[in-house]
Amino acid sequence: MSLWMQIVVVLLLCLAGGWAFRFAGIKATDGKPFYRDMPLSVAFGYVLGAVLLVWIVWSYYLSRTLPAPEVNKYFFFRIAIEGFIIFALFAWLFRLLGRSVGTSTTKKLFRQMPLTASFGILMILIYAFLAIFAGLLAPYGQEQIVPGVAANIPPGGNPAMGGNRDFPLGTDQIGRDILSRLIYGAQNTVGIAFATTCLAFFIGGSLGFLAATLGGWLDQVLSRGVDVLMAIPSLIFALLLMTIASAWAGSEKGLLTFYMVIIIAVIDSTRVFRLARAVGANIVVMDYIEAAKLRGEGLGYLIFKEILPNATAPLLAEFGLRFCFVFLTIASLSFLGVGIQPPLADWGTMVRDLAQFINFAAFAPQVASAPLLAAGAIALLTVAVNFVVDWMLHRSSGLKE
Amino acid sequence: MSRLLTMTDIWIEGRSDEVWNPIINGVDLHLNKGEVLGLIGESGAGKSTMGLAAMGFCRDGVRIAKGSVNFDGIDLVKASAEVKRGLLGKRIAYVAQSAAASFNPAHKIIEQHTEGPTQHGVMGKSESERDAMELYAKLRLPHPEEIGFRYPHQVSGGQLQRAMTAMAMSCRPDLIIFDEPTTALDVTTQIEVLASIRDIVDQFGTAAIYITHDLAVVAQMADRIKVLLRGDEVETQDTRAMLSHPKEDYTKSLWAVREFKRPQKPPVHDRATPVVSVQGITAGYGKIDVLYDVSFDIHEGRTVAVVGESGSGKSTTARCITGLLPPRKGVIEFDGVALPLDYRKRSKDQLRQVQMIYQMADTALNPRKTIGEIIGRPVEFYMGLKGRDKRRRVEELLDQIELPADRYIDRLPSELSGGQKQRIGIARALAAEPRFIICDEVTSALDQLVAEGILRLLAKLQDELKLSYMFITHDLATVRSIADEVVVMKDGEVVEQGPKVEMFQPPHHPYTDLLLSSVPEMDPDWLNTLLKERGVDNIGDAAVQKMD
Repeated sequence: MSLWMQIVVVLLLCLAGGWAFRFAGIKATDGKPFYRDMPLSVAFGYVLGAVLLVWIVWSYYLSRTLPAPEVNKYFFFRIAIEGFIIFALFAWLFRLLGRSVGTSTTKKLFRQMPLTASFGILMILIYAFLAIFAGLLAPYGQEQIVPGVAANIPPGGNPAMGGNRDFPLGTDQIGRDILSRLIYGAQNTVGIAFATTCLAFFIGGSLGFLAATLGGWLDQVLSRGVDVLMAIPSLIFALLLMTIASAWAGSEKGLLTFYMVIIIAVIDSTRVFRLARAVGANIVVMDYIEAAKLRGEGLGYLIFKEILPNATAPLLAEFGLRFCFVFLTIASLSFLGVGIQPPLADWGTMVRDLAQFINFAAFAPQVASAPLLAAGAIALLTVAVNFVVDWMLHRSSGLKE
Repeated sequence: MSRLLTMTDIWIEGRSDEVWNPIINGVDLHLNKGEVLGLIGESGAGKSTMGLAAMGFCRDGVRIAKGSVNFDGIDLVKASAEVKRGLLGKRIAYVAQSAAASFNPAHKIIEQHTEGPTQHGVMGKSESERDAMELYAKLRLPHPEEIGFRYPHQVSGGQLQRAMTAMAMSCRPDLIIFDEPTTALDVTTQIEVLASIRDIVDQFGTAAIYITHDLAVVAQMADRIKVLLRGDEVETQDTRAMLSHPKEDYTKSLWAVREFKRPQKPPVHDRATPVVSVQGITAGYGKIDVLYDVSFDIHEGRTVAVVGESGSGKSTTARCITGLLPPRKGVIEFDGVALPLDYRKRSKDQLRQVQMIYQMADTALNPRKTIGEIIGRPVEFYMGLKGRDKRRRVEELLDQIELPADRYIDRLPSELSGGQKQRIGIARALAAEPRFIICDEVTSALDQLVAEGILRLLAKLQDELKLSYMFITHDLATVRSIADEVVVMKDGEVVEQGPKVEMFQPPHHPYTDLLLSSVPEMDPDWLNTLLKERGVDNIGDAAVQKMD
C-alpha cells in the first residue's frame, strides 16, 4: 500500500473515530451541550490530535531504544522533543519564580502570563546576558585558533563519536571553538540588529507621524519616496548598496559595519513609515487631537505626547517583527559575504562556513548539527521575540476594552 | 390571550478578570401573542442582554447561569444549536440598533432580505423578492420595487432601519426583538420608523420586545412597560398606568427628568457687545458650500441652542467659529474684535477664550492619559502653573464638576462611566478659563438621568462663571431645558432664530414646526394624533423628498 493510501485510510479512520467519540460522549454525559452541539469536524480534530500524540510518543520511544544505524533517522526528532520539554519546563519554572519573587505588580504580571511569553522573556534574558558578558563567559576568543586542536570536531563532546570534551560544541573548519563563537555571535549579530531596528524606528516612526499630522505636500513627497524605495526588492537592494559601501570602506571593517547599519535601517524604515503613518492617520482624526490643536499645541507635543502613547501597541508589535527581519537580513548578508566581516563571529557567517556538513544528516547527524547550532540560535531568538510581542499586543488590546 | 414567551427567574453572568459577575439577577418576563412589551432602563441596566436572552442567545463571555426561556413550549436555554437555528430568523427575529452596521455593505439589501426565507424554506427566492417589495411598500419606503436593489450605503439611515424591520418580518415571525431601533436617528426620521414599525406589528399580530432608553418612544410603542435597573426589575405595568402612576421612586425619577427647566433670564441690553458674533458666514469643504450666510450673536451668560437634523450644518458652524474650517466669506467677532479665521493665526489668548466640549467623550479624551494630565495640560499651557499649584487647580476643577478629586485624579478615561467622562471634558474646557464654550451634542450619547446631571452642571457653571454657550443639539427637550435663544438650521441656512419663549410658541416656520411636532411626548396617544394631523401619506412623501 502506498504512503498516500495509508494517509487516506488513517484520516478516514479518524473520521469514524470522531463520530464514535461524539456518540459515546452524548451517551455517557446524557446529552451535555458540549458533545451534543459538537460538529463532526471538531470531533475529528480531537481524534486526529490524539492519534498524532500517540505517534509522537511512539517515535520518541523508538528514538531512545533502537540500535545505532536506525536511530539516526530519529536523531533530530529526539532533539526537538527533548528541547521542547526542557524549554517548556524552564519557562514554567521561570514563571513560577516570577510569581513568588518581586513586587506585587510583577507578581500580578507573571500570574497572567502564558507559558509562551515566559519562555520568550526567559530566552531574551539569556541572549542579553550572553551578549553582555560574552568576554567573560566564552572559554576561548572568537578569533582564537587553539594550537594543537583539530579542525571540524563534531559537536557532542563524546570521544567515541570523534568529539572532544574541551569543545562541547566542536570546532569549525579552522579549529576555532564553536561555543565561544556562538556566544560572541550573540553580541555581534543581536547587538547590531537591535541598534539597526532602533534606528529604523526612529527614522520611519518620526517621519510617518509627521506625514500623518501635517498631511499635504510633505505627506505626498515622503510617501512617494517610500513607495520608490519599497518597489526595489529589499535584499537585492541591500546587497547592491553593501557592495558599493564595501568599496568605500576599503579595509576598515568597523566602517563597513556602520554602513550596513545605516543601509538596513533606511530600507526597513520604509515599512515602519507606512505603519506609523497609517496608525497616526487614525489617531489624528480623534477629537482629543483636535482639542490639542485648538489649544495651540506645537507639533512636537502633538506627536510625542498625544499620538505616540496611543500608537505604542502596534509599533511595539512591529518592533518585534522588524527586529527579527533585520536580524535575518544581517544573517543573510553575512551568509552572502557582505555583512559582518570575518574574523568577527556572526551566526549567518557560521551557517555558511559549516553549511556543507548538512550533507551528513542521513548517516552522521551529529556532524550535520554543526551548522544547525547557529541556525537554531537565530530561530530560537526569532520565536522568543515573537512570543513576547504577541503577548504584549494581547495585553494592550485587552486594556482598551 | 395565549402565552408566547415565558422567561422565569433569569440569572445572567458576564466574565471579566476571570470572575463571573452578575448582569441580570432573577428577572421574570412574559409576553402574550401579539403583545408589545417595552423594556427600558439606563445603559448597563441589562436591557439588551435580556432581549438577546429571549432568543436563547448570549454574547461572548456571557452565560445564562440559571432560569428558563420558554418560547411556545420550547426551552431555548436547553435547546440544541440545531433547534435554535430552526427558530431564529424564522419565528424569532432581531432588529439591531445600528442598521448601517448590521447590513453587509457588499450585498444588495434585497439579497440579504431573501436569505432568511430561502434558508428556512419558507418561500423561494423570487417569491421572497416579491414579498420584500410588498413589505417595503407597507413600511412606506419610497420606490418599493426598486429600493431593495440598492446597496446599504445608497439609502438613508431611517430607510435602512425600515428595511431591516422588513427583513425581520420576512418569515412572518411570532416574536421580534427591537434593540433601540431609533436611537441613532433624527426626530423627524424617528417618527417615520416608529409609525411603520407599529403598523406592521399591528397588521401581522406579531409580538415584540421593544428595548429603548427613551420613555416617550416606548409610550407610543408598548402595551406594557418593564423597567430595569442594574439587572433588577423595578416594576412592570400597563403603559397607561405606568405613565400616570409610576409606583417606584426610580421610575418617578426617570419621569421627572423631562421637567428640568431653567428660569427665564431678563432680555439682553440692546447695546451690549455680544461675546461672539457670527456675521454672514459662508463655508464649505472643497468647492461645495455647506453653509450659506449664517449670522447670530451670543451674549454673555447666555445659551444659544443651534438646532437641526444631521447634515444641517450645525457642527460645521462650530468648526468655523473654532477656526478649524476657515469660512470663505463672513466675519467672526469676539468681544467686538474680529478673530483671525484660521485657528493657526489666532493668539494663545484668543484660543483660550473659545473652548469646545465634544459629543463622544470616548474620542475626546486621550485614552493613555490620566484625568490629572488631561485637565492639567491646559492649566499648565495657558496659566503656566506647575507642580503643586497645578495639582491644586486640577483638584479645584474636579470639585467644580462634582467629582471627588482624590479618587479620580489618577484614573484613566477608560475607568470612568460615560457621564463622568463628559464631566472631564467640561473640566478640560473650564481649565482654560474661557468666556465661551461650544457644546457639540454633549448629552446625546448619554442616558436621560446622566444627561440631566450634565445639563444642570452646565447651567450651574454658567451662573457662577458668566459663561456663554453655543449648544448644538438635535434634541428639542434639551433645548427647552437649557437654551435662552434658539437658532434653527436646515440645509446650511438659518431658517428661524429668536428667544426660546417665542420659538416654542406659534407661529413657526414650517420646518421648525416639523421639528417641534416630531419630538415624542409621554402621552401614549401622541403618535396616533400626530399621524392623523399630518395625514399618513405625508410621511411617505416627506421620505421621498428627503431621498431625492
